[in-house]
Amino acid sequence: MLDRSKIGQQFAPLVAPIESGRLKFFAKSIGETSPIYTDEAAARDAGYKTLPAPPTFAMVLDMESEADLPPEVELLQLDVGRILHGSQSFEYLGQMYAGDVITVQRTLVDIFDKKGGALEFVVTENTYTNQDDQLVAKTGCTLVYRNA
Amino acid sequence: MSEITLGYEIPALQLPPISRHTLALYCGASGDHNPIHVDSDFAKKAGMPDVFAHGMLSMAYLGRMLTNWQPQSQLRSFSSRFAAITQLRDVISCTGTVVELFEVEGESRARLEISAAKASGEQTLIGEAVVAL
Repeated sequence: MLDRSKIGQQFAPLVAPIESGRLKFFAKSIGETSPIYTDEAAARDAGYKTLPAPPTFAMVLDMESEADLPPEVELLQLDVGRILHGSQSFEYLGQMYAGDVITVQRTLVDIFDKKGGALEFVVTENTYTNQDDQLVAKTGCTLVYRNA
Repeated sequence: MSEITLGYEIPALQLPPISRHTLALYCGASGDHNPIHVDSDFAKKAGMPDVFAHGMLSMAYLGRMLTNWQPQSQLRSFSSRFAAITQLRDVISCTGTVVELFEVEGESRARLEISAAKASGEQTLIGEAVVAL
């Protein structure tokens, strides 16, 4: 069983710049065809100050740590091959743009199990604050851990 | 936006079949380097038949469907549960239906039920989104 005493742990904040080249590569990888995600002029014409980060891009910033994996993997000593993504939520309070520098604050908010412990669920919540101290997004992530 | 009523189906998004190349690109671009999505040897050792798609790739497809319909600046929230694994060669389609119309601080909003499904009809992602109208 995973260590429940870690519930409530706040991870070290992660400061991640959003590079326009990365946004364009991400847009390509998801097959995005709207020019507002790859062409600065099209983005401005659509009313954005520059390239906007697409709706799920916040989660890309989570991966920008040197650890290469979410910090709960190390904290709870998870075996990567047994992790599945259970659910994900995004709440938008503003817009992230190319050129922004985002501070990601991640908290381990819950661990619980189902099926007599065969599956454990690791719940984290993140906040995303830009260089102007504006809270632009909140996310929630549930990982499923296969014990059996 | 007066034509948006309960039961309105937003334009669906059809995707090409998931390939190893799709997963390699998403691995690099998303920063999700979990080898289970790109390294067959690793996936098999972990007890899976082969590599499989990142759940977040299909969630990004749902996001594309939503922002094709309304500008991203009108997206208020978006969530999904990952109900089934998307395998190589699966052909995913995304759909969404307006299930509630409501108002928050003078802003008209629609709540949508959204899902991604395989050609067989099996749902891989089931979620909801709130969009300002």
